[in-house]
Amino acid sequence: MSDKVNLKIDNIAVSIKNGSTILEAAEKINVRIPTLCYHEDLCVAGNCRICVVEQTGSDRLLPACAMPVSEGMEIHTNSMKVRNARKQIVELLVSEHRADCTRCYKNGKCELQELSSEYIVGENGFIDLVAHKGYTIDNFSPSIIKDDSKCIRCQRCVRTCDQLQSISALTVAHKGESMKVSSFFDKPMFEVVCTNCGQCVNRCPTGALTEKTYLDEVWTALNSETKHTVVQTAPAVRIALGEALGMPVGEIVTGKMVSALRRLGFSSVLDTDFTADLTIIEEGNELLHRLKKVVKDKDTTVRLPLTTSCSPGWVKFIEHAFPEYLPNVSTAKSPQQMFGALAKTFYANKLKVDPENMVSISIMPCTAKKYEADRPEMRSSGFKDVDYVLTTRELALMIKQAGIDFASLPDDEYDSIMGESSGAAVIFGATGGVMEAALRTAYEVVTGREVPFEGLNITPVRGMDYIREATIKIENVLPEWDFLEGVELKTCVAHGLSNAKKVMEAVRDGKANYHFIEIMACPGGCLGGGGQPIPTSPAIRKKRSEAIYHEDELKPIRKSHENPEVIHLYEEFLKEPLGEVSHKLLHTHYTERNRY
Amino acid sequence: MTEVKLLVKGLADQHGRTMESLLPILQGIVHQQQHISEDAMVEVARELDISAAQVYGTATFYSFLHTKPLGKYVIRVCKTITCMMHGKNQVIQELETVLKVKLGETTHDGKFTLLETNCLGQCHKGPAMLINDEPYTELTPEKVRSIIMKYKQQEISAN
Repeated sequence: MSDKVNLKIDNIAVSIKNGSTILEAAEKINVRIPTLCYHEDLCVAGNCRICVVEQTGSDRLLPACAMPVSEGMEIHTNSMKVRNARKQIVELLVSEHRADCTRCYKNGKCELQELSSEYIVGENGFIDLVAHKGYTIDNFSPSIIKDDSKCIRCQRCVRTCDQLQSISALTVAHKGESMKVSSFFDKPMFEVVCTNCGQCVNRCPTGALTEKTYLDEVWTALNSETKHTVVQTAPAVRIALGEALGMPVGEIVTGKMVSALRRLGFSSVLDTDFTADLTIIEEGNELLHRLKKVVKDKDTTVRLPLTTSCSPGWVKFIEHAFPEYLPNVSTAKSPQQMFGALAKTFYANKLKVDPENMVSISIMPCTAKKYEADRPEMRSSGFKDVDYVLTTRELALMIKQAGIDFASLPDDEYDSIMGESSGAAVIFGATGGVMEAALRTAYEVVTGREVPFEGLNITPVRGMDYIREATIKIENVLPEWDFLEGVELKTCVAHGLSNAKKVMEAVRDGKANYHFIEIMACPGGCLGGGGQPIPTSPAIRKKRSEAIYHEDELKPIRKSHENPEVIHLYEEFLKEPLGEVSHKLLHTHYTERNRY
Repeated sequence: MTEVKLLVKGLADQHGRTMESLLPILQGIVHQQQHISEDAMVEVARELDISAAQVYGTATFYSFLHTKPLGKYVIRVCKTITCMMHGKNQVIQELETVLKVKLGETTHDGKFTLLETNCLGQCHKGPAMLINDEPYTELTPEKVRSIIMKYKQQEISAN
């Protein structure tokens, strides 16, 4: 049997691999079939039925996303029957959906709204059932708002939470007309295992799951005459912000973003990349310190492997799922929180600004960062270290609100003191980036030489494979590190919490003996974060990743320990890595959390 | 180990720890404790290494897997169309009067819970109801009253 199947879609002949769906065949010839429950990253659910098509000789309509092609099929995607069916489906969905569009956060970005407009859902649809449904809104979480009145039960979120993240904080509960997407006993999201990663927010077609926005608070701070506003921008924002402002995927907009932030009125425009470099110094030294304790001093109280701690989704995941491994998580704070702690101490002091009048704002590709900033431990400056966290999407909205034509902005530079960064910091935004950055520095500290990879590109830890392992042999070390001579440093990189779970199970079951593990909660790392522009897909994440590594290569400094502002920070303020000040400001602790 | 931990562990030992074991384990809990508590669900999730929400989702799908405490006697009146045409509404009205509770509620003494259920397969003898596992058919308000009295008597003599 041939592995190709020939069929006709709207009288256009198409030949496609056996096993493909009608939807994929239609895509191949640029025939668009509307979808709602379908998402490239997820398994097929086939529950919304909006993608129905007609097959010649069959009475029943077929769901294009779930139906495999077969030889000689004749498909019609735009017959009267199909159009009527789709319109009715949209009308039925709308009848149970609080279509309060003008007041909705997703207004203009809602897939159901687009379809309603396309199929002209007028006044004469089905009876509006919303009033009889008793829907509730959960807005208790600092990160995510879950509004059941907007939910169309497509279950993209349920599949995301299960398949990509292995958490299943959301599930389908009850049945029939009372069926709903629910947490455990319908508890608020902040009480359950939800890691706030926001992958569900990224995939929700309506306004049922959205980030909690802090735009009003930030505008208020910007308009206050007494407040000094400090903004930091995460590595992955600069390669995705353009998408939300009409630019092509994978465009690097660092300079324009800095210009825009100045135009919006931020007093200091600084870079999270600066503290990403700092994280590498602290975390890299922590790794070496632990290796010394374990290899040289045979200290059995010190735990390896060390895992990264930059991803707040991962941190909350391990607090819930593997609390016995909390001592393995690096105590180094994430770059966002290191930045916050330094902004209201070191930086405020430099600028002679009272930290009480400083408002610290971060732009993140992440919804979990909102939760992280709210943690009670994150007040080491004596104030809330990071006051407000905005996602990439929220910043794009601010830029639009301010009437700024983003594409025509000139490039600008970050302010100094905490604005300089290396290429190693930029790649924090991609899966494997923290590992690569840490190796660039740690290898050099131990051997006095650069990592033995061409152009400093540690390619084995790069890419989009879910779990990647790399072993680096340490040779010809400096005298003080003689105990590491000949040691093979075993590293592992995983992205997406379902893969993190696999790695941790391997560690728990003694099947893997890594020294250092990098984990990012979101697929692709921060570049695929829950706060990034919608939509997301493997192709989009690949382009963003290419942009990140390109930005790394453009940087004159490629290694964190060579960042002059970081060197200056140690000389003047921190004195030494893992020192007393670092301990107070840059390191944290973790909390065991419940099983549900 | 707490009582519920022991119960769930015993059921998991008996039925296994795969996804297919979930329903028999939940049925086992209902059999022992009448309803599946939050704690029990968390334990089931732990034993099967799945999320507690998934256990909740499964439990809430099935009418006979209760997630809230119920009375000693659970009365389920068939709500489907045949029984309705045979007068199930009058039956429920009578039950509400006799028990002094509304549909979905439990009596103050914790003895009776009044619920509706989907088809019991007794359409030819409607209206029908179940009290725990005991079916009662061809109900009339009078008949319902005497059935409830019988249960109340039973309770008094048991004490």
